[in-house]
Amino acid sequence: MFGDMEMSKKFSIFDHVLVPQHILLSKKEAEEVLKQLGVKPHQLPYIRVSDPAARALGAKRGDIIKIIRKSPTAGTTIVYRYVVPG
Amino acid sequence: MESIIETYKKIKSIQFGLLSPDVIRKMSVAIISTPDTYDEDGWPIDGGLMDRRLGTIEPSQKCATCGNRMGECPGHFGHIELARPVIHVGFAKIIHQLLRATCRRCGRILLTQEEISNYKRIINEYSKRWPELLNDLYTKILSKCLKTKECPHCNEVQYKVKLEKPTTYYEETKEGVIRLSPIEIRARLERIPDEDLTLLGIDPKNSRPEWMVLTVLPVPPIAVRPSITLESGVRSEDDLTHKLVDIVRINERLKENIDAGAPQLIIEDLWELLQYHVNTYFDNEVSGIPPARHRSGRPLRTLTQRLKGKEGRFRSNLSGKRVDFSARTVISPDPNISINEVGVPEKIAKILTVPERVTPWNIEELRKLVLNGPFKHPGANYIIRPDGRRIDLRYPKDLSTIANNLAPGYIVERHIRDGDIVIFNRQPSLHRMSIMAHKVKVLPYKTFRLNLCVCPPYNADFDGDEMNLHVPQSEEARAEAAILMLVQEQILSPRYGGPIMGALQDYITGAYMLTRKETLLSKEEVCKLLYAAGYDGPLPPPIIREPKEMWSGKQIVSIFLPPDLNFEKKANICNKCDECKKEKCPYDAYVVIRKGKLISGVFDKKIIGAGQPESLLHEIIKKYGSEAAKKFMDQVFKLFLAYIDMHGFTIKMDDQSIPIETREVIKGVLKKTEEDTKEIIRAYKEGELQRLPGRTLEETFEMKMMEVLSNARDTAGKIAAEYLGLDNSAVIMAKTGARGNILNLTQMAAVIGQQSVRGERITRGYNNRTLPHFKWGDIGAAAKGFVYSSYKTGLNPLEFFFHSMGGREGLVDTAVRTSQSGYMQRRLMNALQDLKVEYDGTVRNASGKIIQFIYGEDGVHPAKSYHGKAIDVDKIIKEVLMEEG
Repeated sequence: MFGDMEMSKKFSIFDHVLVPQHILLSKKEAEEVLKQLGVKPHQLPYIRVSDPAARALGAKRGDIIKIIRKSPTAGTTIVYRYVVPG
Repeated sequence: MESIIETYKKIKSIQFGLLSPDVIRKMSVAIISTPDTYDEDGWPIDGGLMDRRLGTIEPSQKCATCGNRMGECPGHFGHIELARPVIHVGFAKIIHQLLRATCRRCGRILLTQEEISNYKRIINEYSKRWPELLNDLYTKILSKCLKTKECPHCNEVQYKVKLEKPTTYYEETKEGVIRLSPIEIRARLERIPDEDLTLLGIDPKNSRPEWMVLTVLPVPPIAVRPSITLESGVRSEDDLTHKLVDIVRINERLKENIDAGAPQLIIEDLWELLQYHVNTYFDNEVSGIPPARHRSGRPLRTLTQRLKGKEGRFRSNLSGKRVDFSARTVISPDPNISINEVGVPEKIAKILTVPERVTPWNIEELRKLVLNGPFKHPGANYIIRPDGRRIDLRYPKDLSTIANNLAPGYIVERHIRDGDIVIFNRQPSLHRMSIMAHKVKVLPYKTFRLNLCVCPPYNADFDGDEMNLHVPQSEEARAEAAILMLVQEQILSPRYGGPIMGALQDYITGAYMLTRKETLLSKEEVCKLLYAAGYDGPLPPPIIREPKEMWSGKQIVSIFLPPDLNFEKKANICNKCDECKKEKCPYDAYVVIRKGKLISGVFDKKIIGAGQPESLLHEIIKKYGSEAAKKFMDQVFKLFLAYIDMHGFTIKMDDQSIPIETREVIKGVLKKTEEDTKEIIRAYKEGELQRLPGRTLEETFEMKMMEVLSNARDTAGKIAAEYLGLDNSAVIMAKTGARGNILNLTQMAAVIGQQSVRGERITRGYNNRTLPHFKWGDIGAAAKGFVYSSYKTGLNPLEFFFHSMGGREGLVDTAVRTSQSGYMQRRLMNALQDLKVEYDGTVRNASGKIIQFIYGEDGVHPAKSYHGKAIDVDKIIKEVLMEEG
C-alpha cells in the first residue's frame, strides 16, 4: 500500500534531488555481487525495511539494494545495502 | 632458555556474568568478621580485613594461603556473610525492569504463550543473521511487557513498582504504598524461569537475576587495596579498606541486634545503613545519596571511581601506560644534523639500550663494547646468558673474562649509538607525523637536538618544549620503524598531498638573498658555500669573467638540482600585477627551472617552504623519491644558511621608521578619517543614515564605521609600504614569507588600527561608555578601540588598555580551542582507529564490515594525489609537449 503511494504519479521520492538512484537486485544478481565483493550479506551496510526508499521499492528482509549516487571525489559511486528488519 | 617456544593463544570469546553466592563462598579463603585490622603489636588479626590468608604486601613475608612471596602471590579473595541481603546498586535499574516485566505471584513473564513462542523464533533468527539488532529487539519486548496489567498465566493483577534512587523499591498496592524489602525482591527474582529470561536478553546460565541481590560480599585481596606507610611511621589504610571496615562493623551490629531480638525499627534502620555502605563501596558517586567522605572531607575513591574517567583504569593504565626504554628532555635546534637524525645526549645514550644477539659476525665488536663497560660510551649495560641469567656489568671488577666468554647465543644489551633507529614523538600527537623514526646521533650536553625543517609536523618550537624518545627492542620493530616511519617517508602529508616539511625562517631569507639577481660571489665565497653544503664535485664555469671570476647565486643553487628537472611557479614576492610577464618579471618573481638550471626567479616560501603543495620540494619528492628529497633538504638548506651567515642579516629600529613627510601624509589620512567618522556619527544621530538591506540601523552604523577605519589603516599601510623598499630587512622577511606579513609592518610603522573583541569594536566597560575618560554615549573611533598610534611612536594609556583587551581575547580563545579540538580528535580517533584499507580496496572495520566500497569512493591515496585530484592533466600535457621538443 505504501509502495503505491510513493511511486504514484503525484509524488515519487526518487524525484527529489537529494535521493540517489536505488535499484532492487534480483536473487541471482545479489549472489553475484556478494561473490564479487567476497562478503557475507551481514557485512554490508544496512538499510531498514521501514526506510522510505526501501519501502518504495518493496524490499523484503534479506534483499540487497544497489545505490548509485554522485560523489565529490569520484563522480559517481556505487554502494550496496542489505535490507534488515526494523 | 634457548628452547622457549612462545605459543600464542587466540582468544575465541569472552563471557560476562554474575557471581553466585556459592561461587563466592567457594573461592574465598577467609570469612571476614572483625572490623579491626591490626592488633597492638602491629600484626594483622585473623578474621579481620588484613588477614594474612588474603595475600601479602610485604616483600619478605610469605603468603599464608599459597606460600609465595609478594611478587608471585596473586592475592586471594575473602568473603563477608551479610546478615541481611542487600541490593547491588549497579543492577538497581535492571532489577526494576525485571520486577515490572514479570508476574508478582508466579514469576512468569507478562506475555501470552503465543507471543512468547513468536519472539523466541524471532530471536533465534536474529542471532544468526543480524546480531547487532538484538539489543533493540530486547528493548521492544521489554516495553511490551511493561504495558501489560494482568498476568496472562495466573491472572494476577500487577501493581506499579516505583524505584526511588538509588535502591529503594515501592509497590503501589490496594493497601497503599509498601516498601519491598530485598528478601522479598530476591524471592520474586528466584521465581522467574530460565526460558523467560532469554526473552529479556539475560543469559540464565551465567547471570541468574537473584544473584543481583547480594547475600555474600566478596572481599578483595590485600594487593587490591594496599596500605601505605607514611614517613612518620603511621600506617594509612586504602579507601576501599576503610569502606569495608564500615561494612563489617554495621554487619556485626546488625547480626547482634537480630540475635538479641531488637525491635523492627532498629533492625530496619541498621539494614538501611548497611545498604548505604554497600552502595558507596561499589560506587561513591551514585546520585541520590551523600558520598562517603574521609575524615578530611574529601570523598572516598571506591570501585567505580577506580575504573572510570581520564585517571581511571581504562584510560590511564590500560590504553596508555608508562613504558621502559623511553626518554624525555627539552629540545633545541641543530641545523647541522640531517633531517632524519635526532641528537641524543650522551647521558641518555648510556642508559637506553638495544638487545643485540651475538653472532660470529659481530662478536668482536660486541666484545669491545663489553670491555668499555656501562660507564664509557659506546658500551654495554647487561649481558644475558643462554640459560637466562642476567649479568649486570656495573659490578664485576674484571670485564675481560666476561668479554672473552661471549659466544653466539648470548644477548648483549648495548648502549644506543650513531645510526640506531629510535622513535621520536611530541605530544599532543594529533596526526601520524607526530611520531616518526629518527637515526640516533650521540652528542654532548643534555638536550635532544632536532633539525629545524622537521619542526612543523611535530608543531614544536624551542621555547621549552619537551619531546619523548622510545627505543624499539626487537629486530622486526627496528625494521618496521626504519621502513615505514622514517622521517623522509613522512614528508608528504596525507591530508592534502603536499610536503609538510620544508624551509622555515632563516632558510627562506637565506634562499632569497642567495638567488637574487644582484648576488655575485667570488671563487673563495663559492668554495666556502659548497663546502658547507657538502658538495665535492667540479665548479660550473663562472657567469662573469672580467675583471674577476664571479658566479651568480642562481648558478650555485643549480648545481644541486637534478639535470632533468623542469619547474615553473610564481614566488611569494610576486606583486600580482595584472599582466604576468612570467620569465621577464621585473621583480624576479617567476621561478623557471629548465633542465636543472635555475633560469629566473628567487627561492622563497612558495618554492621551498613547509606545507606548500606544488612547490619545488613537492616536485622533487614526487619525481625523485624520498631519499633525494632528504638529500636536497640537507645539502641545499645548509647552503642557504651558510650564505646568510656569510652575508649577515639583521633588523634595526630604522627598518620601521618612515621620513617626516610620509608621516605627515599618514597624519593627514587619519585626520580625514576622523572627520569621516564624525560625519557618519552625525548622520546616524540625526537619522539620515541609509539602512543597508536586512540590517538594523545600529548594525549598519557599526559596519560603516569598521569599513572606514580599516580602510584608513590599509591606506596608511600602503603609504608606508611605498617608502619601505626591498632593502629593508623587515620587508624582506614579510615579502618572502620567512616571518611576519605586511600587516605587522603597517602596525609598526604607520597605524595599529581597530581592536576588536568577538568581531566587534570594544563595547564593554562602564555604563554606556568604555572608559570614564569618554563622555556618555561616545561612539567615536577612539572611544570604541581605534588605535591611532603605531608601535614605534607608542600608545597612549587608553589605546594601550583597548589593545590589551583585544590581545587577551586572543590568548583565551586559543586555550579554549585546544581543549575543544582535543575532545573532537579523541572521539574521531576512537571511532576510526580500527578501520583499514583491505587488499581488495574496500575499507573495513575489525569485524570485516564494509564501511566504504572503495577508499574515498575513488581509490586515490591523498598523499600521492595531485592536491586532491587523481591526475594532473595539465602537467601530463606539458611533459609530453616538452619531450617532443
